Amino acid sequence: MIPLIRNEVVSKRSWLGDDEFMDTLAIAQSMPGPMALNTALFVGNKRLGFKGSLFSGLGVILPSFVVILLIAMIFVQFKENPVVERIFKGIRPAVVALIAAPLVILGKAAKINWKNSWIPVSVALLVWLAGVSPIYIVLGAILLGILHLVYIKKILNR
Amino acid sequence: MELLELYLLLFWVFLKIGLFGFGGGYAMLPLIQYEVVDAHNWITVVDFTDIVAISQTTPGPIAYNSATYIGYSVVTNMGFGNMYGVLGSAICTFAVSIPSLILMTVVCVFFAKLNKNQWMQASLSVLKPAVIGLIASAALLLIDDHNFIDYKSWIIFGAVFFASIKKVDPILLIVLAGVAGLILY
Repeated sequence: MIPLIRNEVVSKRSWLGDDEFMDTLAIAQSMPGPMALNTALFVGNKRLGFKGSLFSGLGVILPSFVVILLIAMIFVQFKENPVVERIFKGIRPAVVALIAAPLVILGKAAKINWKNSWIPVSVALLVWLAGVSPIYIVLGAILLGILHLVYIKKILNR
Repeated sequence: MELLELYLLLFWVFLKIGLFGFGGGYAMLPLIQYEVVDAHNWITVVDFTDIVAISQTTPGPIAYNSATYIGYSVVTNMGFGNMYGVLGSAICTFAVSIPSLILMTVVCVFFAKLNKNQWMQASLSVLKPAVIGLIASAALLLIDDHNFIDYKSWIIFGAVFFASIKKVDPILLIVLAGVAGLILY
């Protein structure tokens, strides 16, 4: 979806420069929510302020909202159908595989190595086996990162 | 449960999901599953897996697609009519996007250089590897005896996992897995 946005926003309409777009992506990635929506909100705000982001946000959400709503309304009626159930018996393990497969590439992109691999491993175990809410994981991770910086600053000041 | 009460609860739950949904996409799945499957028992793990499957084959962010789908199905499952379901769907989708809207507005106005700020970078230094763990837990949480009924499920899992690493189109893989299900079961 990102190349699609870049093509419209940078190449076709020159609403943002290439550097500005890269900065926007970095911010959009570090804020909660999908990157595509955050990028759209940022571009909308740059062009027309809050009103701009309202409309760009609506534009990016509305198509999938309508599609999913229609699917939800139709799917409810076919859920008990034995043929549909057989198809979904095949699909369910595939869903899990599609979530797991990108982990290797994502791990490299997030610079996971032997020294910091305890972070994703303990997060996965805490959420999976101990049933910890991901909300506490997010809060804990932010707190740890900040405490680490405070600690480094203290050592440097000595 | 009263309809209004249900709407308010849906709004609150999806507001939380929107606020803590760092990493986007698959990283948000364990959070959504925790809230709608474990904490509120609105849907089963199997239904949740089906919603993820539908999201994987349709355009748009997965968290928003599940908000739309869950909003509709939770309200109609409780016996309210279709139109109340549509409203529930709109409420969930609106709620999940509010945090992004507010945060991106604040960032745009005050902190255009936020990603170069040392405190921001410090916050992300542990959060980024943690997001990888969240995605791993998203996969692990979906492995149960309803989604993996027998050895054939694991064969499909292995084949799709391998093909996906070899960059085969995910929509094609879902379709093929559906065909395999039709033949095998």
